Amino acid sequence: MVKRIFKLTRPTLAGGLALTLVLGLITGTLLAVGLRAEFTGGFGPSDWSAVRFTLLQASLSAMISVGLAVPVARALSRRSFPFRHLLIILMGAPFVLPVMVAVLGLLAVFGRAGMVNSALIWAGLEPVSIYGLQGVVLAHVFFNLPLATRLILQGWQDIPGERFRLAASLGFSTRDVGRLLERPMLRTVLPGALLVVFLVCLTSFAVALTMGGGPRATTIELAIYQAVRLDFDLGKAAYLALVQMGLGLTAAMLALRFGLPGAGFGAGLDHIARRWEAEQPVLRVIDTALIILAALFLIIPLSMVVWNGLPGIAALPTPVWVAALRSLGVALAATAISLILAISIAALSVLNKLQVVGSLGMLGIAASPLVIGTGLFIVIHPLADPALFALPVTAMVNALMALPFVLRILLPALTTTEADFGRLADGLGVDGFARLRLLWLPRLRRPLGFGAGLTAALSMGDLGVVALFAAPDQATLPLQLYRLMGAYRMQDAAAAGLLLLCLSLALFWLFDRGGGARA
Amino acid sequence: MKTLSVIAGIFMTSAAAMATAANADTPILTVYTYDSFVSDWGPGPAVEEAFEATCDCDLQFVGTGDGAELLARIRLEGSRTKADVVLGLDTNLTAAARGTGLFAEHSLTDVNFDLPVTWSDEMFVPYDWGYFAFIYDREKVSNPPESFNDLIASDLSIIIQDPRSSTPGLGLLLWVKSVFGDHAPETWTGLNRHVVTVTKGWSEAYGLFLEGEADMVLSYTTSPAYHLIAEGDGSKAAASFSDGHYMQVEVAAKVAGTDQPELANRFMAFLTSETFQEIIPTTNWMYPSVTPKGGLPEGFETLIQPAKALMYSSDEAREIRDVAIDEWLSVSSN
Repeated sequence: MVKRIFKLTRPTLAGGLALTLVLGLITGTLLAVGLRAEFTGGFGPSDWSAVRFTLLQASLSAMISVGLAVPVARALSRRSFPFRHLLIILMGAPFVLPVMVAVLGLLAVFGRAGMVNSALIWAGLEPVSIYGLQGVVLAHVFFNLPLATRLILQGWQDIPGERFRLAASLGFSTRDVGRLLERPMLRTVLPGALLVVFLVCLTSFAVALTMGGGPRATTIELAIYQAVRLDFDLGKAAYLALVQMGLGLTAAMLALRFGLPGAGFGAGLDHIARRWEAEQPVLRVIDTALIILAALFLIIPLSMVVWNGLPGIAALPTPVWVAALRSLGVALAATAISLILAISIAALSVLNKLQVVGSLGMLGIAASPLVIGTGLFIVIHPLADPALFALPVTAMVNALMALPFVLRILLPALTTTEADFGRLADGLGVDGFARLRLLWLPRLRRPLGFGAGLTAALSMGDLGVVALFAAPDQATLPLQLYRLMGAYRMQDAAAAGLLLLCLSLALFWLFDRGGGARA
Repeated sequence: MKTLSVIAGIFMTSAAAMATAANADTPILTVYTYDSFVSDWGPGPAVEEAFEATCDCDLQFVGTGDGAELLARIRLEGSRTKADVVLGLDTNLTAAARGTGLFAEHSLTDVNFDLPVTWSDEMFVPYDWGYFAFIYDREKVSNPPESFNDLIASDLSIIIQDPRSSTPGLGLLLWVKSVFGDHAPETWTGLNRHVVTVTKGWSEAYGLFLEGEADMVLSYTTSPAYHLIAEGDGSKAAASFSDGHYMQVEVAAKVAGTDQPELANRFMAFLTSETFQEIIPTTNWMYPSVTPKGGLPEGFETLIQPAKALMYSSDEAREIRDVAIDEWLSVSSN
């Protein structure tokens, strides 16, 4: 029976194992937390308003981020200019910064004492308050616009250059290109991009609270934290985590329902597309303006991070440097784990045409980090000293959290590769590891590089579960940063934030570059 | 394969580190505390060195989150916990901590605590304390408010912490409740007009204040001492409220199931010793619970001295907490 559904090959087996591991970690930890609990009470009105607010802010953030990312990605896809690649890398920075560092940068621009309000006051106008739903969405757009742009840009790059050449020789206008090439591509790419941003915002907590200006902006993750920390009501925490995951799952199913497997442009010769139809002065001006605006929106807050951190960086205390090394190790381990998991799961999904597998692999991001950490703690504690596992567990959980992004990047690329070259490979009998080595790795270098860069950078900046497990001498860089802040040392903390930014970007750049990105 | 060896490498290093400590035949005292205590910039390293110099033992700190997370961690581990002593709970948590049955009575006698309130507790030993207060910059705020009503009538902006996720945040909630009682919701309606934002924890709020996002931030009366002593910056001050200031008393307790009861007793006694108490003011930036003979460090004399110290007993605090949070949420959520 099983054999008829799955081709029991080595990739299928690896994929099955990887998926089992991922789902086991997510549901197992949830179960561990749930079983530890005596259920004390149901949902109060404040819990429901947390659910409503979470849904509202995540949907808005996803729609606005992706809505803005489409024109920006189109502009980037059809223009070339000096430092274009550097700009795209820099644009990824907000996503990988520890949230509080990024929020401080953002507030230096949009806050009460920020540049925008100073300018307004100087011009004799009323200052505007950033705090509220608009602040939450602004921060989430800041974090996710670059990611969404990259995901959508990838879609444009996957349209072979030959198609644009054909379009040009047929005298296509921009509208024709939009209708026949770009819109079908967006139809396949957008649901996934929306889903990813929605899932990222789903578990937001400190950013939502700070930018939301108060308890109106209570998200489910904050309610989970309260249940564990203040009430020690693990049953409620598990229940809330389940609701959060339910929302994520529903979103994933919707994306699956409306997403299409691939636009079917067919294989090309990997030329860089020249865009004849877009060579009009008006479009050039619009595109340039879009790129400059997006760059300013992302880079000014980042330069505030650099500006604040620069004076202290040389005098950073030794423990911070040691922590930086430790974080590098964790980030590299997380990257390796996440790539192996992603390739296995993507293979299972694509070879057996099981889209649902790919979506399940993305659940990690909807899982509550706090519940995963607490669950792992409950499981490990009776068996061994959790501090012994602090760093491996952190790497594992970071890999799990990054897996959805890597899958999102990898799945469409692998689908295309298999559609274009799968039958040829089958005909030649290239299977298993040979297929991985000869077909997938060469064809997937670019998405793999991007995914690896993203995982490494994300893992570098994630405070994650290490705070729950680590012994004092095992601090990672983000943890040291928070300790510096907790010890009034805001100057050192700003410098540590800058160090983190540089290391994350360097890792991202190395991997992305290693993937031969021509983005 | 590479992954495996990396993980194995990390695993072995930490295992080796643990093994060295265990091999040497010295007894190990494990003390659970909050994260900022054990950080390289907190009291942890100096305390460890000072105690190990006298105890012929290995003092190992385990740090986790803040005081409330610390209690959650202990409850999670239950009687299987490795902890011998827990350091860093406060009076808002001690009622719940007592209820777990995981803590034992201490053996300290006749310690004269220098607290604004009389202290007698057979289980929890105070090691430092402080008053909550709003901190401002003298150069930006010329006439600081002298009471909550003053603050409500002013046009000053404040940043506070969420009582659900932060100790000072909960402190402010109890402060308002202890001053205004049943009228606390009205006070919150007035205060909320001044609240720029509510943060998850103290660090975020204080960071935003230093960036100029608000005129004042909820912190401790001792915060200006940090800027004065460590940075030579005398511009920060605490606003003194005639309503009185709510106190936080930080305590430690011996774990009932400890396998090192003798050592744990010695550590508990060490907490009230001259050596320990001298470390506290300029590392934890709180008042020592027993003032050292040499007095407080230079600079502490500049801090405001509240006329009235406010504090609920731990049972009251536990009872009032949930009511006060609900009140605050319903006033602040719309």
